[in-house]
Amino acid sequence: MQRNLLLGVEAIGQAAVDAGISGVYAYPGTPSTEITEYIQHNQTARERNIHREWSVNEKTALEAALGMSYAGKRTIACMKHVGLNVAADVLMNMAITGINGGLVITVADDPSQHSSQNEQDSRYYGKFAMIPVFEPSSQQEAYDMTYDAFEFSEKTGLPVMMRIPTRLAHSRAGVVQKTVQEENKLKLPENKNQFILLPAYGRKYYQSLLDKQSWLTELSEKSVYNEYFEGKDKSLGIICCGITYNYLMENYPHNNCHYPVVKITQYPVPKSMLTKLEKECDELLVVEEGYPVVEELLTDFFGKGTKVSGRLDGTLPRRGELNPDHLAKALGKEQENTIAIPDTLVGRPPSLCAGCGHQDTYIALNEIIAEAGAGRVFADIGCYTLGALPPFNTVNTCVDMGASITMAKGAADAGLSPVFAVIGDSTFTHSGITGLLDCVIEKTNINIIIVDNETVAMTGGQDSSAKGRIEKICEGVGVNPEHVRLFVPLKKNHEEIVNIIREEVAFNGVSVIIGRRECVQRIAKMKKLNKAKKQA
Amino acid sequence: MKTDIILAGVGGQGILSIAASLGAAALNENYYLKQAETHGMSQRGGAVVSHLRIADHPIHSDLIPLGAADLILSVEPMESLRYLPHLAPGGSLVTNTIEFKNIPNYPELESTFEELSQKINIIRIDADQIAKDTGNPKASNMVMLGAASPFIAIHDDIIIKGIESIFKAKGDKIVEMNVEAFKAGRTFSTKNK
Repeated sequence: MQRNLLLGVEAIGQAAVDAGISGVYAYPGTPSTEITEYIQHNQTARERNIHREWSVNEKTALEAALGMSYAGKRTIACMKHVGLNVAADVLMNMAITGINGGLVITVADDPSQHSSQNEQDSRYYGKFAMIPVFEPSSQQEAYDMTYDAFEFSEKTGLPVMMRIPTRLAHSRAGVVQKTVQEENKLKLPENKNQFILLPAYGRKYYQSLLDKQSWLTELSEKSVYNEYFEGKDKSLGIICCGITYNYLMENYPHNNCHYPVVKITQYPVPKSMLTKLEKECDELLVVEEGYPVVEELLTDFFGKGTKVSGRLDGTLPRRGELNPDHLAKALGKEQENTIAIPDTLVGRPPSLCAGCGHQDTYIALNEIIAEAGAGRVFADIGCYTLGALPPFNTVNTCVDMGASITMAKGAADAGLSPVFAVIGDSTFTHSGITGLLDCVIEKTNINIIIVDNETVAMTGGQDSSAKGRIEKICEGVGVNPEHVRLFVPLKKNHEEIVNIIREEVAFNGVSVIIGRRECVQRIAKMKKLNKAKKQA
Repeated sequence: MKTDIILAGVGGQGILSIAASLGAAALNENYYLKQAETHGMSQRGGAVVSHLRIADHPIHSDLIPLGAADLILSVEPMESLRYLPHLAPGGSLVTNTIEFKNIPNYPELESTFEELSQKINIIRIDADQIAKDTGNPKASNMVMLGAASPFIAIHDDIIIKGIESIFKAKGDKIVEMNVEAFKAGRTFSTKNK
């Protein structure tokens, strides 16, 4: 059988195409970005011309996906874990409406926060919305489970969440593919009121969602992806969720784990398997990537029942991604006599690229901050967040997408003056425009610097929804055109940049200052792509 | 057969081209492979690492356990030190000597390497210079792969086939230059083993 070397995210993209999706909806976010990029370049996806453009944010993406499902077609929405916060409104409510065409939401969590503000666990959202969650343990399972998830979604009438951690998203392995299915035909929902959540309908649909829960548990118990492995030594029963199963088995190279093990890759948890394990074993160890979701469920509140260990009792670390060594330690198989890291080694944090325009902006802004005083630069999510680190040390906040403008506004409301918001072009269209409207309505004294590198840079140079639209958006929202200023972030323009900022600081009202120069990485990427196109 | 390799470097140095060549070689031979990469924020000049595992039997973990790596292959000298606890007893460290200094406190490393060489097998190679000498200054990563190849449990002919399949689309000349770079690295390593 032919195996293709695919990243976990690519396996999901391939499976979605093979399962006959008519569209992918997503906003870039590490570690989820490459699912959509893979589909964008996939030949079948191109031939079928399925929807594969980037959405403005995760909320618009998931809502559009629901619309495609309404029309009877299969669709996948992709985002990073914090992206689901943005789309949480539609997630919670689409669980109530249910779906028509199969709908899969892939959420890539980032334990250890390799590229994120937090390490929240999307399984809680799955539980919150009461929808099935799939958590594959390998690239092949990522493919197989995604391929099956659309049918599962149509069978249960619910959206299915596919949850993967960074380590599976960005690890490659050989994957065997299945046959390519036809797309669904256009078909409106049989119940014409299915998607109307007026309270009277909503109550009925919520009851139906509640009624489905025991069936979902039954389906988990019967699922081929949840497995019970017998073991002779009943002093301990081990529950492994998703990829943590691999970390356990890495410690038993000849597949000779002597403890009984339950491997969970489909939620709600398979109750009968866990009941059997608890009955057979003296103690339980729960191993899961992210938050102690299952451990909390099984831990006995009054301490009278079976002892459950895991991340909560310190057997495993409470925070950060797991690895085979954590399991080795928990099982008393710790590797000794490893070579120590020499003291000479120092850290190497990420930094802005050589030639990046953000540097010129921060050098200029620092000159103004030296006059105005520190502690007034509210930044946002993107490469420019690195302005918080030396040598710039310009940035004072980075919380969530769009929070630069709104936090700066709140600080201005509190009496801080002047205030600066620093936001990227794509972050501005993602979640900055509504905050700008707040400022315009209240005539807030704020200086918003849009660092426009004409791409979504941090995630690898995707097309930005803001490109060519920023001035018109700002003026349309109501910013006085005289206070929409433009500069080119280059060393030679330093004086000009400082002067523009200084002039806008002097103005009491909403100023938008745009620093526009294309990302150096994006330029290199496009050059490479064009060269490849020419050769082809 | 199994070979566990830690690939180390700085974001932007292209360690993934090394991983891709070995991956293609492994796939041609129907070996199992798992390869964990670093994407995202660290790619902007931060420390990056890839765990590459090849075996003739199924592989469980995407990450190499401590004390299990047969080889640390680093395209930057300081980065070669970051993952030492992963190296197995008797494992080898192969590193480029060209320093990538994008931090203000880059340490002096000579004495560290002197000390380490008492404990483990270390090959230090100026891959940039060797790449230049072979007429392809861009192929230093293939020089590094060549230098590491004596410590990888895959025959060099198979790795060369992997390199050929990775660079095939770019034309015969590019393929040939990269294979030459690989061979030059291998020669250096065999002589200085």
